[in-house]
Amino acid sequence: MGWVSDTVHSVKSIKFREALTQVITLGLVVTSALIIWKGLMCITGTESPVVVVLSGSMEPGFQRGDILFLHMNNHPIRAGDIVVFNIDGRDIPIVHRVIKVHQRQDTQETYYLTKGDNNDMDDRVLYNHGQNWLEKKHIMGKAAGFLPYAGWATIIMSENPIVKYILVGALGLLVLTSKE
Amino acid sequence: MHSFGYRANALFTFAVTILAFICAIASFTDTLNSPSPTVEVKVLNINWFQKQPNGNDEVSLTLNISTDLQTLFTWNTKQVFVFLTAEYVTPKHALNQISLWDGIIQSKEHSKFTITTSNKYRFIDQGSNLRGREFNFTLHWHVMPKTGKMFANKIVLPGYRLPEEYR
Repeated sequence: MGWVSDTVHSVKSIKFREALTQVITLGLVVTSALIIWKGLMCITGTESPVVVVLSGSMEPGFQRGDILFLHMNNHPIRAGDIVVFNIDGRDIPIVHRVIKVHQRQDTQETYYLTKGDNNDMDDRVLYNHGQNWLEKKHIMGKAAGFLPYAGWATIIMSENPIVKYILVGALGLLVLTSKE
Repeated sequence: MHSFGYRANALFTFAVTILAFICAIASFTDTLNSPSPTVEVKVLNINWFQKQPNGNDEVSLTLNISTDLQTLFTWNTKQVFVFLTAEYVTPKHALNQISLWDGIIQSKEHSKFTITTSNKYRFIDQGSNLRGREFNFTLHWHVMPKTGKMFANKIVLPGYRLPEEYR
């Protein structure tokens, strides 16, 4: 009976090694994606180096589904810059253009007013009640470049989570089952 | 090794790489263009100039803007966003930029024009510092490409002054 248990043992060990290789491959894919993302964060100096445009308020410049590359360098923000900002207490960042700037002499504190190119009104209607100006702390980054349509996958996935689960599941399965 | 999946994957990767490369070249060709736009701004009238109840000065102007932006357009240009700001320094603020007018130009044919307009956005100071204030008009342009890097530049027209008295 010795050869049976030997065979079982060897089969088991092969399966185990293969599975381990697959897990490591999957881990490598995930970590390299993370390294690229964190590396971009370091280079651009902003928390989210890439954002997807969600609304049509900057048309015809940016359309829903376009990808924007952000950066946050030492150049001060001036009128005309397209900034991504977050209003206190709200989750979704907004991409709009700065139309007014006031910089204080004493504190160097700077106040900004923004507007969407395609909107009739400035953004005071979007800000919190009683808030007239944006400050530096609200601004996540400045748009530096853009890639059309590339963000549609993200929009589809965030609006239909099922698609995301199917896609992630299928990819995971593919990585785990693929043989050299 | 030569399954359908692998071939599809290889083809897709190749296509995306080529597309990214072409986009990068298209963006690069923009840097070869050296534009030379021109602008002239006249203040035709000061419609009113007063202090708001909250203490901020506000002025309303009628402007005549004539500009030629044709050299900004290249084959990779999707639109030019052009805007005119009033910029000035006060004892309280080291920099004030106030957009007075803006426009989106989508073709070279429409990029040389003259318009007469009152200020589209309100010209309000943060405080009461506009009487007799020297300021400049600055024409800014932001070129949005079909793909790639965005460009911006400006022309400063110094030497304007607001009246000493409210009216």
